[in-house]
Amino acid sequence: MKDIQTTRAIPRAINWNRLQDDKDLEVWNRLTVNFWLPEKVPLSNDVQSWATLRPEERELTIRVFTGLTLLDTIQNSLGAPALLADAQTPHEEAVLTNIAFMEAVHARSYSSIFSTLCLTRDVDEAFRWSEDNPHLQAKARLILDEYDAGADPMRRKIASVFLESFLFYSGFYLPMYWSSRAKLTNTADLIRLIIRDEAIHGYYIGYKFQRAAERLSQAERDALKDFAFSLMFDLYEIETKYTEELYDGIGLTEDVKAFLHYNANKALQNLGYEGLFPPAVCEVNPAILAALSPDSENHDFFSGSGSSYVIGKAVATEDEDWDF
Amino acid sequence: MGGLVHFSSRSGNTGRFVAAVGVPSDRIPIAADDDLPMPAAPYILICPTFADGEGRGAVPKQVIRFLNDPARRALIRGVIGMGNRNFGATFALAGRVIAGKCDVPLLDRIELAGTTNDVARVRAGLARFWGTVPMAQTGKLECLTTA
Ligand SMILES: Cc1cc2nc3c(=O)[nH]c(=O)nc-3n(C[C@H](O)[C@H](O)[C@H](O)COP(=O)(O)O)c2cc1C
Ligand SMILES: [Fe+2]
Ligand SMILES: [Fe+2]
Repeated sequence: MKDIQTTRAIPRAINWNRLQDDKDLEVWNRLTVNFWLPEKVPLSNDVQSWATLRPEERELTIRVFTGLTLLDTIQNSLGAPALLADAQTPHEEAVLTNIAFMEAVHARSYSSIFSTLCLTRDVDEAFRWSEDNPHLQAKARLILDEYDAGADPMRRKIASVFLESFLFYSGFYLPMYWSSRAKLTNTADLIRLIIRDEAIHGYYIGYKFQRAAERLSQAERDALKDFAFSLMFDLYEIETKYTEELYDGIGLTEDVKAFLHYNANKALQNLGYEGLFPPAVCEVNPAILAALSPDSENHDFFSGSGSSYVIGKAVATEDEDWDF
Repeated sequence: MGGLVHFSSRSGNTGRFVAAVGVPSDRIPIAADDDLPMPAAPYILICPTFADGEGRGAVPKQVIRFLNDPARRALIRGVIGMGNRNFGATFALAGRVIAGKCDVPLLDRIELAGTTNDVARVRAGLARFWGTVPMAQTGKLECLTTA
């Protein structure tokens, strides 16, 4: 009879007024206010700029974006859903479904760029290229191995943080580079929205990793750290080959590699670890850093040369919270 | 030297950075009902950013609670903003907001738990900064604003 249904586990209805972890609500709130769609960005304003790129620069750009599309597709359909099974709180599950959906928005955005700027034939060619590219396929495979249902939940988080906070950056470099030369600036605006989302994703998954690691023995933590550094190293080797193949032609490989090192260190920090690459190889081109965070420039007292400084301009935010 | 005060949420990046700098620091607690530290001397505040896309909410509530107390606020001499450049225009915005609200200099902006270069620069910068500040002075520091 219908009695058989009593063995099925029914989830508890989620109560957002009873939190086990305040970070869940904090991140949920930020992700939901940050929600955006590609239609919000006037990509068609880049049509003229696109026409100024040389054919090989256009081919490179389309290829880079198909590579990014693959990573977002993986994170949308496999990565974030795989993390759901390991969620410690119902609110974490809700955040992960938001992350999964935003990955679909990211993947969809690249197609908006393509349909606005590119010829269908060139885009089809680039998708074929991405399916055949051994380096792209190899990095996807390394990550997917950790996403398998039987795999370790902690390793799954490590792989996911590396995808969110490291693997995208060989691709994100290019639109930041174009924008630093005043090209494809609307496309860069869209990519910056993606970069901001990925920053929260990498942060949150890394945070949950650190929470869970607190409950493990020292030996287990050591083993995970060894695994993380060796996976980073394997991914890095693939990324350097991928980078060379893409960027040797326009002579940017070394610049991109500095960016890779810098981002690899940040990905490791999201897991609570120290960086792997020494500062000397992480000196990112200042034009790329400025393209990442436009309008945020300031004269910092400590990094400036003289003893003068600029007092922060008063910012009229959150006045209701400040008494003075 | 003057002191340090910092806030770090449970992700702990700012806490790891302050530990690496190796200067003792009063930590503003995460829980709203825990006691706030009372700095004994002028201090520099190190604060992470949690803004939304429009820049709202950049300064953590705990830090606002601390700075809303006039006695504690009177001793702030500078601020270091923490964050992540991937947040674009709001990178380390908490530092700028606090600098503006408290009329003190934004001394530096640092990503996540910082790099070894960041640690060295801040150590040297703190020594240099306190070297130029008359410790007895508790009012505002017009003396530092050179044209
Ligand atoms: C919801 C959320 C919003 C954030 N917003 C910003 C931001 O606007 N600007 C920025 O520079 N960093 C931002 N960050 C990054 C944090 O400032 C950064 O991870 C910092 O290291 C956190 O410090 P803590 O671990 O000591 O708490 C944000 C992080 C989160 C989780
Ligand atoms: Fe994404
Ligand atoms: Fe993501």
